[in-house]
Amino acid sequence: MFSFVLQRLVQSVIVVLILSIVLFVGVRLIGNPVDILISSEASEADRLAAIVALGLDKPLWEQYLTFLGNAVRGDWGTSFVYKEPVVGILLQRLPASLELGLVAFVLAVSISIPAGLYAGLRPQSPLGRGIMAFSLVGISIPTFWQGMLLIVAFGIALPILPVGDRGQLATHFGITSSLWTLDGWSHVIMPAFSLALLKMSLLMRVTRAATMEICRLDFVKFAYAKGVRNRKVVIGHILRNALVPLVTVTGIELGNLLAYGVITETVFSWPGLGKLLINSIKVLDRPMIVAQLTYTALLFIAINFLVDILHMAIDPRVKSVLRRRES
Amino acid sequence: MSKAFFQVDDLNTWFFTRKGTIKSVRDISFDVSRGEVLGIVGESGSGKSVTGMSIMGQIDEPGRIVSGSISLNGEELTKLDFEEMRRYRGNRIAMVFQNPLMTLNPLMRVRDQMYEAIGAHEDVPRNAMHKRCIEALRAVGIPSPEERLNAYPHEMSGGMRQRVVIAIALLLGPDLIIADEPTTALDVTIQAQIIYQIRRQIDERGLGMIWITHDLSTLSELADRIMVMYAGAMMEIGTTEEIIGGARHPYTRKLLDSVPSRNVPGEKLKQIPGNMPSLMALGEGCPFASRCERVTEICREPVPATQLSDTHRIWCLHPFEN
Ligand SMILES: Nc1ncnc2c1ncn2[C@@H]1O[C@H](COP(=O)(O)OP(=O)(O)OP(=O)(O)O)[C@@H](O)[C@H]1O
Ligand SMILES: [Mg+2]
Repeated sequence: MFSFVLQRLVQSVIVVLILSIVLFVGVRLIGNPVDILISSEASEADRLAAIVALGLDKPLWEQYLTFLGNAVRGDWGTSFVYKEPVVGILLQRLPASLELGLVAFVLAVSISIPAGLYAGLRPQSPLGRGIMAFSLVGISIPTFWQGMLLIVAFGIALPILPVGDRGQLATHFGITSSLWTLDGWSHVIMPAFSLALLKMSLLMRVTRAATMEICRLDFVKFAYAKGVRNRKVVIGHILRNALVPLVTVTGIELGNLLAYGVITETVFSWPGLGKLLINSIKVLDRPMIVAQLTYTALLFIAINFLVDILHMAIDPRVKSVLRRRES
Repeated sequence: MSKAFFQVDDLNTWFFTRKGTIKSVRDISFDVSRGEVLGIVGESGSGKSVTGMSIMGQIDEPGRIVSGSISLNGEELTKLDFEEMRRYRGNRIAMVFQNPLMTLNPLMRVRDQMYEAIGAHEDVPRNAMHKRCIEALRAVGIPSPEERLNAYPHEMSGGMRQRVVIAIALLLGPDLIIADEPTTALDVTIQAQIIYQIRRQIDERGLGMIWITHDLSTLSELADRIMVMYAGAMMEIGTTEEIIGGARHPYTRKLLDSVPSRNVPGEKLKQIPGNMPSLMALGEGCPFASRCERVTEICREPVPATQLSDTHRIWCLHPFEN
């Protein structure tokens, strides 16, 4: 177990290093930020001064090492645009994205898993078919489109929910969030549902497929043959085994929800990271782009790690494979 | 032989699929007495497992017991609702499946899977459950049962897992055990050991058993009576001597001929030329007619049962003479 954690940590560091190199070189290929930041009438001297000020006159490897050294110390550079430390800007935007992503995630999981389980147990029932039809719609409608439909329906035609922004914030336990206030919830619920819809639909289908697959297996028939009560077979045998594939898919979805809310954040003018990333790319704010993408990578690495731990907790076979590999 | 405590009469189990009705079990009747092993033999797809699952009340959609009666100690099982039937399952009737690698939940310890079986029917404190599980594991010849109880299925061999499954089947002292090819997936020595253990349990406890298999040679050692099925219907039923030594039905003869050697259990059946007819398009007559060498025109008509002895019955208009 310990060596597994250590191994994963080393792997993660290597992945992040490689990724940072790719990113660092990659953003340089998109274009030269000096052209965007400096007005076209500026003198050649101003131009050179700007290049020196941004540190762009040094060779690429030196720029990278400087970046890396600073990054390890928690200094991710200064935004070309905002002229502020990147980390500060990220931390300012992060809570909005996290709360949107987490609410969407809870919505997606708490609806899709029971619904998918039911549809898998009773695929021919009207409700089972209805769930499948819903998920098909959820997958087919583009996110920006259903987002706008929701705004039209619940923001304009039937004006029960506010549109745009996070609403009233409050701070408890050192966390500032809109989730502490009712007004905040009324702001977050619609974008969260919009963001969750696609993931919810996918998870429903995965849950249904896993359930149907497991129901066919002998150990489920054997559990019934033992006289075990229906509810216990469904929860203790069917759902428990379905969790093995579900944990993987759910983990990926969580990462997506927390990192790729770009479209939903744009449609609902949600002041989160997604909009920041798009803006940063538009103006080639290199430190901003690198920091955000690294954050995304770290997020996925952390989630993957969590998924592996959960797998070990659920499935004893995973543990014995690891044990065998270690000995 | 004592009086039968378990009876199946004119059982019909059909599957109503979109493509048509699959008549997997048609007019099956048999009984089982205490201490008796009834073997059911037939090619793949002949309806053996569906017969077993019908008795368990575990036929899933789109299947259904269409008609017939199944009775245990005088109680009619086909009329019971889910909860009433649940009380019988594992308690009065237990089942053992073919593939021991698939029968146990891979995520649960053996202990929990055994406790669950007891807990479904009785309110017993944990230490009493523990004692009972140890006894059950020991009864089927599992060494160091304390350790096994804590193990996960993947930590045990196939033979060991099948013993665990059989121990679970015996756990509540059922009247009847249905074993659906329980040793087919195991190698020959393990097979022989397990068959020996099961036979002992049957004799000691006086329970009845239905042993489903492809393999006539296993049955010749284990079964008291044998029923031969084909395309969902009964072909012949009789004592083991009557079937193995004196089979009269052409299909039973073919089955016997295709056993490579009566002394080598576990080997798979050789194919009889031709295929089983579609269960969706069965005529009135003998289902084996299309593959039978002795077929004549009258075989297309419904075939009545012929009683050859008290125990020996046959559904054929041109049986072999003895
Ligand atoms: N759930 C189901 N839906 C539709 N048809 C089914 C279903 N279960 C069984 N059948 C059909 O019933 C017939 C008998 O199947 P059954 O499993 O009883 O055969 P079997 O004699 O046990 O064969 P095997 O030796 O291969 O186990 C087969 O033709 C099968 O296609
Ligand atoms: Mg079968």
